[in-house]
Order: sequence, then structure tokens, then C-alpha cells
Amino acid sequence: MRRVESLFLTFSILGSIIVLILLIPMIAAFLMTNPIQVGEALMDLEVLNALSTTFTAAAAATVSALLFGTPLAYILARRDFALKNLLESLLNVPLAIPHSVAGILVLLAYHSRSSIGEILSRIGIVVEDSFWGIVLAMLFVSAPIFISSARSGFSMIDETFEHVARTLGAGHFKTFFTITIPLASRSIISGAIVTWARAVSEVGALLIVAPYPKSIALLVIERFEAFGLSAAIPITALLLLIGIVVVLILNYISRR
Amino acid sequence: MIDEMTSRSLLSLKSVSKSWKSFRIRDVSLEVRREEYFVVMGPTGAGKTLLLQLIAGIHYPDSGKIILDDVDVTYLPPERRSIGYVPQNYALFPHMSVKDNIGYGLRIRGHPRDEVEKRVRELSDKLRIEHLLERRVSTLSGGEQQRVALARALIIEPKILLLDEPLSALDPETREEVRDYLKEVRRMLGFTAIHVTHDFIEAVDLGDRMAAMFNGEILQVGEPMEIIMNPRNELIASFTGAKNLFKGEVVARRGELAEIDLGGMRVYAATKRSGKVMVAIRPENIVILLEKARISARNILEGVIEEISEKPPYVSLKIDAGLPFTVYLTRNALEDLNLRVGKRVYLAFKASAVSVF
Repeated sequence: MRRVESLFLTFSILGSIIVLILLIPMIAAFLMTNPIQVGEALMDLEVLNALSTTFTAAAAATVSALLFGTPLAYILARRDFALKNLLESLLNVPLAIPHSVAGILVLLAYHSRSSIGEILSRIGIVVEDSFWGIVLAMLFVSAPIFISSARSGFSMIDETFEHVARTLGAGHFKTFFTITIPLASRSIISGAIVTWARAVSEVGALLIVAPYPKSIALLVIERFEAFGLSAAIPITALLLLIGIVVVLILNYISRR
Repeated sequence: MIDEMTSRSLLSLKSVSKSWKSFRIRDVSLEVRREEYFVVMGPTGAGKTLLLQLIAGIHYPDSGKIILDDVDVTYLPPERRSIGYVPQNYALFPHMSVKDNIGYGLRIRGHPRDEVEKRVRELSDKLRIEHLLERRVSTLSGGEQQRVALARALIIEPKILLLDEPLSALDPETREEVRDYLKEVRRMLGFTAIHVTHDFIEAVDLGDRMAAMFNGEILQVGEPMEIIMNPRNELIASFTGAKNLFKGEVVARRGELAEIDLGGMRVYAATKRSGKVMVAIRPENIVILLEKARISARNILEGVIEEISEKPPYVSLKIDAGLPFTVYLTRNALEDLNLRVGKRVYLAFKASAVSVF
């Protein structure tokens, strides 16, 4: 009994250190924030534009991840095929490289003079310094998160549910939409939220692919560099608040 | 006995083979007649579930043919076969209420909402689960889940009902009740069924005919009692194990406890049945005592050891206790008790260890 207690005492002390390291900056940011300045930041047209660019681009990236990632995740969960493990590993590479490198990769492959970029520009999608460039860069760095979340959600569903639905008269597609998707909804929704949050937080790839239109994370850097730490605080507090809300929503979903 | 010529088969499997993961079905040919309750019995890993899934269309055979109601359904997807499937874990959809689970098959076929509602109520009434309709699936007991799964499968009026080990997830105490329930539902609705099990009691109690399945092959087909009494080979004999299977008659009753006369000797069993019955006691559920000790077991019989033989992982004892009993012991127990042929011992078993059917 005593030994267990002393173990927990030691671990509590060690654990507290990392808790402090993580929490102090968040608390400090709020303490140093003047709410009036946050209010002013919310009236600042440049801030509002950057926020709207960031949020809509992140939403577009998330919707793309949902639309194309969900079917992929289902196949990965339900079928075995040649080189499947290799493919799954490669899909996680964007999470393992510096985001500036991710930006270079996206730019290299899709810039308007590349062969794919040329086709894209014909339908009006130019990557450099454009909204679509932001979306593409965000998708590149955040889609792997969605795919693996949805995949593990699908893997956890007992296939027998689908089998029974089939015998009851539901075809493959009906089964997928009435049984599989509802049962995997928690993983899909939380995966989408994390994907969106990850997209919002992207800096490195956007710096390379599309510094303009300005996204909010780049605006923080710009304000910091031009006017110093205190100028960056209101936007920082705002983004921190959004991050906290996202985490609380995720927490709520996973407990539901 | 039903005439072979007048009773056309509803389902026939012709030389069906399939390999899937570690399971095999080897050259299985089978006929199931209309309105028949057909039991497939075999040990775990024999391929029984895979056989059901081939019939349901969840997997397609590597070779062979499956004919259902005169139509070749070998490669037809499950949604076009009209087969009711009750898997071993029941697989009730956890994101739907009981009512929506039962109505799923009708809703997905596009029946109007009020018709679905009406038919769900009617069937639930017949299956005595109307009080469960608004409940969430996660709040149901094992027995309730089974009834709901049965209703969900039956509502589409399937040509054939597939039941995968429907009793194995239930307490031994409730199995007799559920067997009676299945019989009652069958009398009421008159369906054709294939019931997969590893328990010969289910086969005898429910089955019109049965097939003994081992290692993916059907080794014998016939009436359950006939197979159990005359197994074609040692493999079937060792598994169906007509061990400690006796005819008897319920002669007295005290609540749930029935006193059954086995022809001179009497045993106590937890059963609601009456009249002439069959009684079975699993060899591994009998304890050997050297003295007539006071223990909780309701039944204590005296007998003489006639034979001791190996039955890995057990040792098998044949004991004459007025009727021939078989008892399985571990080797340790055998040595601890210092048992030999000719020794006088007591057999003890609980009333709940006596299956009655």
C-alpha cells in the first residue's frame, strides 16, 4: 500500500511539471489579454477577412477529406489488397514531414505550370496565392488524420451488422448509409473536427503555397514581426479560445 | 414419415465448397424440405457458420450450386434471396430502437410507414415482445435480444430462416424455455429453418432432421435420434455423444423441480416439462465421490466402475449405477480419488445439470 502511494506521489510531482508547462502559457495569454482589444480585433477588417479565409478553406478541406476519404477509409477497413500496408503508411507521410516541406511538395506538383496544375488552371483553379492553394495545402496536411480516424471507426464495426442488413433487403449502398455510417458516425465526426482544427492551425505549407489571401495563422506571424508581441496577443487569445471550444466539443462527442 | 416424392425440397446445396480464412466447406450436398426444421450439428470450427453465410449469400462458394425455391441463387446477392438470418451474437442494430430494428427489412424495401408500424406490432404481439418496442437495444437481456432478432428476421417473411447457435449465448437455465419458445413460434408461423448448434439436445428437441458436420464435411443426415443412437462412425459418436441419455417420465414436481423416473431410479431436474421425456446429463457435469457426503448436488447415485479409458483431455469412466453412466474426470482427479475398475463410488450432479427434452 505504502509503495503504491509513494509511486503516485512521485508521478504526481513529475506530471504536474508538464501540466504547468502546458497550462501556464494558456492562462498567461488570457491574463495579458485586454478584452477590449479582442473586441477591436474582431472589428478589424484584416482579422475578419483572415478568419473567414481560414475557416472556409479549412471547411472546404474537411469536406473534401470527408467526400473522398470516407470511401477510402471504408475500403481500407474492409478489404485486403496488394501493398495495402505500404499505401496506408505512405498516406501518413504528410504527418511526419515539416510543414514547409509539405508546402514545397504541394507547390511542386500542382503549381500552374506543372502538368496537373495546367489542367487545374483551365477550370479556374490556380494554386499559387489563391484560396484553392490554401485548401489544397490544408488538405495535404490534414486529410491523413481524417482517413485514419474514419478507418478505425469502420474497423470497429462488426461486419455482422452489415451482413444482417443485406439479408433484410438492403443493397450495399443502402447498408452503408443506414448501418455503417451511423455506427461509425462518432469516429467520422470527431475525425472531421480534428481535421478542420488541424487545417486551421496550418502555417508552414501556407507560407510556401499561398501566403495570400492571408490566413489567420499567418496574420499572427505578420503582426508579431511588424509590431511585436503585444500586437499579436488579441488574435492569439481569439484563436486559443477557438481551440479550447474545439477540444471541448470533441470531448463531448467522445463521451456521448 | 413424409414421402420423399411429394415433399419437394426448398433448399438444396449441390457439391458446395468454399475456403474462407481458416474455415473450409468441402463438397457439401444437402436438401432441406419445405416447413422443415433442419439442424446442423458439429463442433466449433466445423464450418457451420460459413455454411449459413453461403446460404445467406454473405459469401459465394468456390464451387457448387445453391438452389432456393427452384431458383439458382449461388451468386445472387443476399438482398435478393429473401433469407432470414439470426447470427450468433444477434447483431441488433445498436443505433435503432427495438421497433426500428424489427421494421428495418420492411422500411428498406420501401413499405409505407404505417404498414411497417402495423406489421411490426402484429408480429411483436405474436412473439410476445410488444412491451420491448420502444426500448433501446442496449437495455435488452440476452433472451430479449434473441426474440427481437427473430422478429427482425421473420418480418420479411423469408423463404428460410437461418439460426446460428441461437441458444449458446443464453444461460443453461433458460435454454429449455427458449427451445419451447422456438417450437411455439414455429407452430404459429410455420417457417422453414436451418439451426446450427453444437448441442445434441437442441438437435433432438427441435430438429425434424439433422446433419452431422465435421471439418467442413457433412458426414451423416437423418433424424436426430437415429443419428445419435446409430452414429455412422466414431467421430460422430464421440461428438454427438449419446452419453447418459435416458428415457424417463416426470412423476412428481415441487415448483421448478421435477422428479423423473428413469425405470427404477429417480433423478431430480430443473424443468417445466411433464409426462414422458428424454433426460441427458453431460459426462463432465458429474462429480465422483467416495462417500455419500452432504453436498449441494441434488442427485446422488451409487454405482460401480466398470471401465476406465482415455478421452483426452479427460479420462472417461463407465459406471453401472442401475443405468450405464459415463463420467469425464481429469487425470488428477482420477489419481487423487485412487479410482480403479470394480470400485464402488457415488455420482453427484445438480438438478440444473440434467437436461430434459
